[in-house]
Amino acid sequence: MTAHIGMPVPRREDLRLLAGAGRYVDDVHLDGMLHAAVFRSAWPHGRIRSIDIAAAAALPGVVGVFTHSDFMATLKPIRPRIAAMPGFENFLQLPLATEKVRYVGEPIAVVVAISPYIAEDAASLISVEIETLTSILNWEAANDRSVLIHEHAGTNTSTIEVSRGDTDAAFKAAHYTRREHFTVQRHTAVPMETRGLVAVWDAVEERITVFGITKVPFFNRSTLASMLDLPESAVVMSVADAGGGFGVRGEFYPEDFLIPAIARKLDRPVKWIEDRREHFLATNHSREATCDLEIACDRDGVIVGLRGEVTVNIGAYARGTGGTSPTRCAQFLPGPYRIPNFSCRVNAHVSNKTPAGTYRGPGRVEANFFRERLIDMAATDLGIDPADMRRRNFVTAQEMPFNIGRLVTYEGPAQFDSGDFTAAFERALTEIGWTDKRAIQGRSVEGWYQGIGFASFVESSAGGVKEKARIRLAQDGTLDVYVGSASSGQGHETVFAQVCADALQLPLDNIRVTCASTNELEEGFGTFHSRSAVMSGNAVRTTAYAFVDKLRSIVSDYFGRPNVTIEWRGGRFHRSDTDASADLPTLAAFAEDRGETIDVTGTFDYTGAKPFSYGTHAAHVAVDARTGRVKLIDFIAIEDIGRVLNPLVVHGQALGAIVQGLGGAFMEHLRYDEDGQLLTASLADYLVPTAADFPAIRGEFMELALAPGNPLGAKGAGEGGIVAVAAAVSNAVSAALSSFGVQVVNLPMSPPNLWELIRNSQSKISTS
Amino acid sequence: MSNVRIKVSVNGNVVEHAVESRLTAVDFLRHELRLTGTHVGCEHGVCGACTVIVEGKAVRSCLMFAAQLDGKQVVTVEGLSPEDGELSPLQAAFHKHHALQCGFCTPGMLATAHAFLLEESAPTAERVRDVISGNICRCTGYVGIVDAILEASSHYRKPS
Amino acid sequence: MAGGQTLVPLLNFRLAAPSILVDINEIEGLDGIELRDDGLNLGALVRWHQIEASRTIQAANPLLSEAIKHIAHYQIRNRGTWAGSCAHADPAAEFPAVAIVSGARFGVYSTRQRRTIEAHDFFVGSLTTVLEPDEILTDVTFPAWPAGRRWAFEEFSLRPGDFAIAGVATLIDGLGDAVSCRLVCFGVGEKPSRLTNAEGIIASEGLARNAIARAAAAAAVEVDAQTDIHASADYRHALVEVLVERTVLCAAGLESPQ
Repeated sequence: MTAHIGMPVPRREDLRLLAGAGRYVDDVHLDGMLHAAVFRSAWPHGRIRSIDIAAAAALPGVVGVFTHSDFMATLKPIRPRIAAMPGFENFLQLPLATEKVRYVGEPIAVVVAISPYIAEDAASLISVEIETLTSILNWEAANDRSVLIHEHAGTNTSTIEVSRGDTDAAFKAAHYTRREHFTVQRHTAVPMETRGLVAVWDAVEERITVFGITKVPFFNRSTLASMLDLPESAVVMSVADAGGGFGVRGEFYPEDFLIPAIARKLDRPVKWIEDRREHFLATNHSREATCDLEIACDRDGVIVGLRGEVTVNIGAYARGTGGTSPTRCAQFLPGPYRIPNFSCRVNAHVSNKTPAGTYRGPGRVEANFFRERLIDMAATDLGIDPADMRRRNFVTAQEMPFNIGRLVTYEGPAQFDSGDFTAAFERALTEIGWTDKRAIQGRSVEGWYQGIGFASFVESSAGGVKEKARIRLAQDGTLDVYVGSASSGQGHETVFAQVCADALQLPLDNIRVTCASTNELEEGFGTFHSRSAVMSGNAVRTTAYAFVDKLRSIVSDYFGRPNVTIEWRGGRFHRSDTDASADLPTLAAFAEDRGETIDVTGTFDYTGAKPFSYGTHAAHVAVDARTGRVKLIDFIAIEDIGRVLNPLVVHGQALGAIVQGLGGAFMEHLRYDEDGQLLTASLADYLVPTAADFPAIRGEFMELALAPGNPLGAKGAGEGGIVAVAAAVSNAVSAALSSFGVQVVNLPMSPPNLWELIRNSQSKISTS
Repeated sequence: MSNVRIKVSVNGNVVEHAVESRLTAVDFLRHELRLTGTHVGCEHGVCGACTVIVEGKAVRSCLMFAAQLDGKQVVTVEGLSPEDGELSPLQAAFHKHHALQCGFCTPGMLATAHAFLLEESAPTAERVRDVISGNICRCTGYVGIVDAILEASSHYRKPS
Repeated sequence: MAGGQTLVPLLNFRLAAPSILVDINEIEGLDGIELRDDGLNLGALVRWHQIEASRTIQAANPLLSEAIKHIAHYQIRNRGTWAGSCAHADPAAEFPAVAIVSGARFGVYSTRQRRTIEAHDFFVGSLTTVLEPDEILTDVTFPAWPAGRRWAFEEFSLRPGDFAIAGVATLIDGLGDAVSCRLVCFGVGEKPSRLTNAEGIIASEGLARNAIARAAAAAAVEVDAQTDIHASADYRHALVEVLVERTVLCAAGLESPQ
């Protein structure tokens, strides 16, 4: 029997997606369906004096216009999901603005009409009187407190501190210290499909069905049930295809309450599809962070201390994952290095910008940029080869498991479970050609300044403590497998079939996988924090064994209760005394005759060491100093994700993540004007990489260290490809421009930004 | 809002409809004809998810009105699948090279690639990248898509 | 509306809501590409992809042929028209610059009259032309390409196919002491503009490297540059210098540092 785990099995999802037969939420057409458009604030900060919906409501074809007064006390704040920082409970969002608006894009009213065009026509007829207030857009203004965004909070900020060791002592005694200030720009996921929902209320069953959900359907079901005052069993999250998520799709947004609530009010199916401009205004932003970071080293470049202050702009409200980026940024600042003494003050502040949440590698992208840039600067100052500096500081394989201390307040102390950081590092350096290319570092070749840079990372995965799966034997002997992970393109339907096929030694084609069906799985925990391969993968495996055990209860009867060993082997049960065997179709028929179903739900409790993926990214760039243009000559991402379940799938994840990382490093920027208006609310202004931008990228996986903490030996694979990209390329660009005295400390490295940096450095040189 | 009567050939089938004059071509295909394979990603002509083939040319259907399809031949992704349920060479190449993840940009990629390969059947990788630079993908990083189109191109060359 | 590649996004954004929209795509006789006695004539409905594919145009105006490759993306070029681009007059558009540097003439029609407008008189400012509300473009004529003409075209955009932050179209005629140069930059100011000071330096000093460098520096100063969300005026000035230097060196057959 061929093993499927580890094989590059082409994805079964492809067949319907290639034929244009995917079913995304806007593909759902129901009889009597109405269409909703959301009327949103055009002002960043203000008190609502009046909302005039008369003209909108009177437009032919409009069925209803809803404001907060239609919901009154049933409008409840959207609860945080994870990682809430102190005081976040005062920054929660109501699904509709009531007294104030706090960001451009905040929902004020919902129009429902017989067509989406008419709904938009009507929305443009709504007028709202707003007494404008000063916009708070950055930390200085927020911390000042003279203007509060949430008056009842008494503050605009939240701060925690984490540490390990004694940074005061370490810095006092250090041979060398350096302090720098870094910034990462606001940018976000921009999946190709915008958000959308269809909600259907069944008045007879008193049940609401919602399409368009992914990521954490079970959590959202619970949240919605509570907000609609329904039992969870009355809320069904219906599985559909989703056009990418990357963290921003699937958290609970205002519309996730409004559309179902309105569907129930009207007793008609209601569809809402976000347009792209709305998406830029209303779907989670991310990454806007500054960091004051200081490093302390001995004369050999061993990092004895790292301390700093991270400040994150979380936008107008604390979203479901609003605390993740600030807190994980601090946790991952030390990275894969020993750094015995570390302390970090973490500030989150609200602002009159779109609320922010998690986007692929939240907090890690920022942390790796801050730290790896500072390490390169320190290496230069100390006259140490930047590669040697890393080698002297990596936690080694011999030190595993390695205690990193308690660096997030909502979890206990953490440990790196396994890994050979140095081996991955050396591989990346070999792949980029470090030894040979060192000679051209910083030199101009045909007018292009050459730079090689690298950055190492460690990345947690498998968030959460457990996951469930269900396996049901169908009448024809094939299997239906239900997993708690939600899919938005990660190949779950294929990968979990591989795991099940191997566990049961069955052909792949006999297994169907359904993701995140709240109807068909009693409990699931979703897709985030690179958890699916590990958590659902192991849940499927655990459940498969439980499935076989359940089958044993009938197979003995099937064989007539002989007093012999009965063994499951090669996808069927074998009697030890004869050649007789019983396959699944046979047992399915047998069970049906007896009126039994073989339907097993299993739980995988993650009690072992949590898996940490790790690796190194390396880049070779060429910079035109006259224009600031950067050519990416080569980029390699080396990562160890433990056991690779499907190399085709994880390679695709890596390449896609690399390109998103390059977009964030060079071109993506959610820019606001001084009033708080978003200037980049279209794909013409918010620039994401196209096929022509970064052809020379590579991703490779090493299976050096299987995760000791779970039976599959797997680690998360979805985010490692992005987390060190900005760090590596900014190190490369800084190396390329070293002769200009340029140090990249701010992102993005757009041509105009680099040109400005070069020009400022040159004027510094000329005046010195 | 006035109505226009149109007669369009879509994937070889001639259909007659009365459409609102402001109905876009992509909304007509998706919601009137229920050919939901073509997707809407931006409605401002940048992302390429809505690409269909009109009179043999790959175009952005979010930037055309249904009224403009009158008398025209349109091919959508649904029309790119062989009748027998197998994968076309282009689809098979996408499948082999893992050229799709979430699948949302994929119909636009397929329509663009198909129309392009019928015009130029031996492109370089750089030319392919140039042609699909008007189709945005956030999942794949484009490498598999380019490899797939290059592999499929041999099937578009006439035997000499 | 012809190609609609610029107009329909405006409608979709609800930035424009005309009560009447006239689709002119079915008007016959407006899509010709012809070499006439007075030059190369393109009908108003000629689309970008037709220009790209035309061997006639490649021979009759290789600068035009090259410039088209930089316009937007493949699907846009299948629908968009040069006439739509000119009537819209985005300062970053390539065709207006090529028309001006080539000395092209537009044919314009209204029920009142037909008239001809020189390209350099046609563009008034950002999104503004001399077209009256009742006029449409019918065709453009590019004068015959002189023998021995040298040319180069380069634009700088953040991604391939994006609007140019700056671009330069360069023509060099004549040799030795009789050399003359036509330089038009686009994407920088409110409209494409001739870089007459830079042209003057080439005309008086010829194509020596230091003359070219001086001309490029003069171009950077003489041009009016805008600041927008993508680039500052200062940056655009710097780009103009680089692009003038590179295109003139390229047209002159001299090796550029890059």
